[in-house]
Amino acid sequence: MSAAEGRPGDIVRVGPEPIDAGVLAAALRTDASGAIASFAGVVRDHHQGRRVSHLIYEAYPPMAESELRRIVDEARGRWPVQRMAIVHRTGRLAVGETSVAVVVACAHRRAALEACSFAIEELKRSVPIWKKEFSDTGEEWILGDPSSPC
Amino acid sequence: MRVTVKLFASYRELAGAAETSLEIPDGSTVQEAWGELCRIWPALAAQPYRPLTACNLRHVPAGHRLREGDELALLPPVSGG
Repeated sequence: MSAAEGRPGDIVRVGPEPIDAGVLAAALRTDASGAIASFAGVVRDHHQGRRVSHLIYEAYPPMAESELRRIVDEARGRWPVQRMAIVHRTGRLAVGETSVAVVVACAHRRAALEACSFAIEELKRSVPIWKKEFSDTGEEWILGDPSSPC
Repeated sequence: MRVTVKLFASYRELAGAAETSLEIPDGSTVQEAWGELCRIWPALAAQPYRPLTACNLRHVPAGHRLREGDELALLPPVSGG
């Protein structure tokens, strides 16, 4: 696993370990936290009419973690974020397993919810991670929106 | 000059390599390196999408000039989440 901590208390990680959003939320909470927003991306059993058996995620870990730290920094510049976690899993994931989690601790709900939404959208736009889908029609790399993040 | 090229996901599979060392003229751009890689592996150019490119872990545009020892990464459209 490669892990990288920006600010103390933040968690940024890309690696094969299973993700538990509840554990992340407990790790992020402080007594000043009034709102903890979390998003979990989960492997589902279908995609565009195909029956999906599992996914394999591949990442460019040092760049992915660098991009995730940039997202945390940008979120903190826009909302009063106390602590934040963005964790993405790699390797083979079965239906029902968590592929990604974003957790944000703030004093109030609006900032937590908005920062959480911002982070997952940014992750899907710019972070170098790819998924290969295995389904009843074979296997294929899923392509994201090709618009440039530059 | 020589740069290290990293290939991911579909590009890695099409090339049959995750990493290669590429000799290109001094001052070459990312676009010129991509052209050279497509000569080595024509299957890369045959894809209906273009790569995003990163140099030393940062997204860079096609006109970015490479330097000796840079790490150039070819990124298919990302699909994390």
